[in-house]
Amino acid sequence: MPKREDIHRILLIGSGPIVIGQACEFDYSGTQAARALRKEGYEVVLINSNPATIMTDRLTADKIYLKDLTPASIREIVDIEKPDAVLPTMGGQTALNLAGALQDEGFWEAQGVEVIGVDIDAIQITEDRQAFRDLMERIGIDQARSRVAKSLLEAKEIAQEIGELPVVIRPSYTLGGSGGGIVWTHEEFDRKVTRGLEMSPVHEVLIEECLFGWKEYELELLRDANDNVIIVCPIENVDPMGVHTGDSVTVAPAQTLTDKQYQGMRDAAIRAMRSIGTFAGGCNIQFAFDPSGSRMIVIEINPRVSRSSALASKATGYPIAKVAARLAAGYTLDELPNEITGDTSACFEPAIDYVVTKIPRFNFDKFEGVDEELTTQMKAVGEVMAIGRTFAESLQKAWQSLEIGYNGLGGDREDAPPAEVRERLARPLWDRTLQIRNAFKLGASVEEIADVSKVDPWFLYQIRDIVRLEGEIGERTLQEMDAEFMKRAKQYGFSDVQIAYLLNEDATEAQVRARRKALGVIPSYQVVDTCAGEFPAETPYFYSSYEEGNESEASDRKKVIILGSGPNRIGQGIEFDYSCVHGVNAVRDSGYEAIMINCNPETVSTDFDIADKLYFEPVYWERVLDIVEHERPEGVIVQLGGQTALKIAEKIHEHGIRIFGTSYEMMDLAESRGKFSHLLRELEIPFPPYGMAVTVQEAVATAERIGYPILIRPSYVLGGQGMRIAINKEEVQHYTKKIWTLFPENHVLLDLFLENAIEMDVDVVRDGEETWIAGVMQHIEPAGVHSGDSTAVLPPFSLPEEILQTVRTYARDIADRLDIIGLMNVQFAVKDGIVYCIEANPRASRTVPFVAKATGIPVSDIATKVMLGQKLADFRKAGRLASSLEGFAIKEPVFSWDKFPEVPKELGPEMKSTGEAIAFVDALTDEHFQRPYEMRNLYLSR
Amino acid sequence: MQQTSTNGSPCKLALADGIVVKGYAIGHPGETGGELCFNTSMTGYQEIMTDPSYHGQIMMMTYPHIGNYGAMDIDMEAVAPMVAGFVVRQFAAEYSNLQADESLDHFMKRHELVGVSGVDTRRLVRHIRTQGVMNAVISSVDLDDDRLIEKARNWPSMDGLELASRVTMDAAEDWHAGDGPRIAVFDYGVKRNILRSFEAQGCAVRLFPASASLEQVFAWEPDGLFFSNGPGDPRAMPQAIETVREAFRTDIPLFGICLGHQLMALASGCKVYKMFVGHRGANQPVQNLGTGHVEVTTQNHGFAVQEESIGAKVAEVTHRNLNDQTVEGLRFRDRAAFSVQYHPEASPGPHDSQYLFDRFFKEVEAYRRASARNKKKVTA
Repeated sequence: MPKREDIHRILLIGSGPIVIGQACEFDYSGTQAARALRKEGYEVVLINSNPATIMTDRLTADKIYLKDLTPASIREIVDIEKPDAVLPTMGGQTALNLAGALQDEGFWEAQGVEVIGVDIDAIQITEDRQAFRDLMERIGIDQARSRVAKSLLEAKEIAQEIGELPVVIRPSYTLGGSGGGIVWTHEEFDRKVTRGLEMSPVHEVLIEECLFGWKEYELELLRDANDNVIIVCPIENVDPMGVHTGDSVTVAPAQTLTDKQYQGMRDAAIRAMRSIGTFAGGCNIQFAFDPSGSRMIVIEINPRVSRSSALASKATGYPIAKVAARLAAGYTLDELPNEITGDTSACFEPAIDYVVTKIPRFNFDKFEGVDEELTTQMKAVGEVMAIGRTFAESLQKAWQSLEIGYNGLGGDREDAPPAEVRERLARPLWDRTLQIRNAFKLGASVEEIADVSKVDPWFLYQIRDIVRLEGEIGERTLQEMDAEFMKRAKQYGFSDVQIAYLLNEDATEAQVRARRKALGVIPSYQVVDTCAGEFPAETPYFYSSYEEGNESEASDRKKVIILGSGPNRIGQGIEFDYSCVHGVNAVRDSGYEAIMINCNPETVSTDFDIADKLYFEPVYWERVLDIVEHERPEGVIVQLGGQTALKIAEKIHEHGIRIFGTSYEMMDLAESRGKFSHLLRELEIPFPPYGMAVTVQEAVATAERIGYPILIRPSYVLGGQGMRIAINKEEVQHYTKKIWTLFPENHVLLDLFLENAIEMDVDVVRDGEETWIAGVMQHIEPAGVHSGDSTAVLPPFSLPEEILQTVRTYARDIADRLDIIGLMNVQFAVKDGIVYCIEANPRASRTVPFVAKATGIPVSDIATKVMLGQKLADFRKAGRLASSLEGFAIKEPVFSWDKFPEVPKELGPEMKSTGEAIAFVDALTDEHFQRPYEMRNLYLSR
Repeated sequence: MQQTSTNGSPCKLALADGIVVKGYAIGHPGETGGELCFNTSMTGYQEIMTDPSYHGQIMMMTYPHIGNYGAMDIDMEAVAPMVAGFVVRQFAAEYSNLQADESLDHFMKRHELVGVSGVDTRRLVRHIRTQGVMNAVISSVDLDDDRLIEKARNWPSMDGLELASRVTMDAAEDWHAGDGPRIAVFDYGVKRNILRSFEAQGCAVRLFPASASLEQVFAWEPDGLFFSNGPGDPRAMPQAIETVREAFRTDIPLFGICLGHQLMALASGCKVYKMFVGHRGANQPVQNLGTGHVEVTTQNHGFAVQEESIGAKVAEVTHRNLNDQTVEGLRFRDRAAFSVQYHPEASPGPHDSQYLFDRFFKEVEAYRRASARNKKKVTA
């Protein structure tokens, strides 16, 4: 069936602010869907309250409503836009729940709006645990023994029926499995059941047989209106059952299933998808195998595009969201081409000839007192994906991608003490793969580790091989590394830093690199082609490996490399991907070939049709330099990818590679507190008294000199990581010690804290001649609450014009002095009529997308073009710097407190919010302003 | 030094066009040659290895990790490995699977199968894709590049090669006896899962040698004839084609898979050609032109039926490959006879096409009822 001609305007529902369990993967899916539908000639009306998304860009949809995701907003939009259909499967559980709620009240039918992409009546089954069980039983798919409880008493009865503890608690209808988990003791059981009953909107919890230690799998399916079903990719979890799949290390394709086992799972998945109503779209199904492989049970079905769909898309090259959207619009799979190869069919199952590893990224350091043990409730804030020809290579690359100081799977520092390894290995923790490596290093056997960790031995053999190779490297000096052995080490994913550390002599990364290149051991680049090389693929989507064949030909065009922002984490999230995507577009507009390097599978920037060339690689120095040497670009853009990209600016500069925009020296000047303060003094801009320390004693002395309360923080971090306000000597000692454990060898900065000051954020763009103030935001909360956690209002609502004038002048002075080319963000605090400069960041900030959405000006796009040499005057002349904002735009932080019930809700200089929403208000009497204004002092802590 | 997955005794793979790559010996140490082809299935290496259709070919797996779950009896598609050699990127010396009997290495050694690991298989796949399939030699006993290339060049070409007689049986043999409808299988190198599929439907299954005459087969009073998959060039099998032609003159239901499909086409006057690069994998999309449904199929063929040669009065195309539009299925006119180029028995691969066995079973049952009636009439 070709696309439907009876619908013209489609409403697409987004997923709202980023929270744990529902992150920027839905910007990927929403953006793909919107673009695919528009390409088919449909008009796309979109609602999402998250300003940091590409999907809410004018480029993506025809009409965009940046509004709260509530039934009221949807009713209002439907009333104005009168869409023919609504597609609710691209915006996570939020969109699906909204569509479901409106379906229940008969809204869609009354308005003549057809729900597409999902059978909205049938999907209740997938969320209603009991109905789902009944259905699976009917179609003959085995499942864990369980029953739904509506009270604690009932829950206890069920637990008794199932047998002994542990059991699993799963509250119905909660996001990312909130409130769920394995319980091992009776006290825990009572507590978690009671809480689960409270949290579930229908006050039901499922008590379930514990599948601890079972192997876990996920399949991504697509189905069309002709009932054709394909499986895009099987994903295997390295972490056994008991850890939420979003928190698990996962690999694609599945590694440890026989074909008969896999096909049995495939059959069951297809049967299950066909049982949840008639619809055309995507679906995700999870299964578990008992370790002996004899029993397979279904865990859950998500009848929508999911986080794993994003992963499967990036892992295979198959654009699931795009295809799912076109299927929802009436196409059948056989009518669609495989966009990667160009001339084969989309109705097939990708075959891959590499291994993909995903590792989640956590931010436990942000939450004091948090329970770090992984459970069935998701806790990760982001993830990285790495592609290698083997599991070992992809695992090491994934560790290089994480940006937590590792250069691979260990082998770059002193080994952890045995007691710690033993203790950590036995628990489901985020660093399990590293602890497995450590255990091998200590001489543990595969059997012992498998017994303790329940990780399938196959993965253990691979990690053991990595450790063996570590030993072999350790027997050699650099000169003794011959080409064959060097290549073998690189094929196992070892970085030059690891090799330098492991060698039998002192060596540096640079020396290893030089030797390696002298031996002719350089990476090759392979195409992600969906077909294991069977057909030629034109798509420029690459990963590195150390093979003989290279498939990435460097073109003779002028090129610019844009460094992505890596895994999402608190303080560096989707906002930076937003800027990167705009940067890529701007680079292409300016006539250059745009090359993207990033390793975050949830993002739009890693879609194969965004940049001219995509390297799905760690944003890790060695890998970046390899690509630079291979592509020989005009230069690199480091301003858009947050701290990730900025961190390697120094090395880029040292290697004589051009950095577009602000020079490295000036970026360093802004980032270095001492030099920056001199600069402020020279410009006669006030700043809070400050000091710097490298020892605890020094920190205390400095604090005593400056006075209290005092703000303590490590230099060169983002999102206020490790930042605290101390009110006495003891606290200074306590906090500085903590900082040095987290960031050894870092300087600690101490600033006098300006109590009750008003904070402001300013984003500017400078072209070398003039500075354009893109946006000035006033925070509702007092200084002390991290700017990312503050409610920001654009334009300022309570400051006199002369203060604002001063703020603008200071921002311009700083930009001029730093000779900014491109973006800069400056933070000010106003106290007693004095404007203090707190810090300047010579890069795209978290607030850039908010400013862009609030004013309607594509700030990152303009900034990138300025970096490439265009002038602001030309943009001004073209009317492109004029704000369309009427009234006020408010940026509201959104938190994921419910995922960490043990952590008290308090705000301070360390950022804790995971996402943001935007609200447009005409007057300050609006609830969106009034609520945070009234509560502005409530949560300020330290 | 302990052995890891990428070291071992040196081994070389030489292609007829002069490419030589170095790797490590896996399985049986020695030398072997054959047509180098590749398979894109990510699971099912043992089924592929033991598929008689691959007789004489060197199989290169595109998925890098091979051997992960060991080897076991239920994954056998024949009594022994059928491929001439095995090429992988990263061979698993150890496996993880409580149901397995042995490691793949042990299995290969036991069956004296020569293989090579540590090879950049992707590069070779891309090479074959652009240059076409070619002969190759694997050796861990002779590491001289020039000699190996020479051996690869002198290896007999698949083109025009009859191979079924090497993998068929010597005499007729029951796979499964019983009272069910009788299916006579012309064994050109049949995969066990085809036989299991007939058996699962309650059929009695007897295998006949490739050279069996129709008379010998009819002496068993079958209710359906099945022409199996198998290796080699179907055009080099005049006797088999003649037997199929004779079968067409009877009214017994006919079903053919892969080589059997090609033989049925040739017997009906269609032409068969050798493909530049064959289809070998478990993800090939095939559209059923009758229903519009798409089946994800297992394929393994280097020859195909030429569509222009199919006489409109002889047969109609029922299935088509969505990637390259090649003919994947035929229904022959005026009688119960159909054939498919792909492998509905899967093993390895998806189970989307099992309905074909149901279809054949229905035709076989109908024939059986009709002939029972006829017999009654005769006796009456």
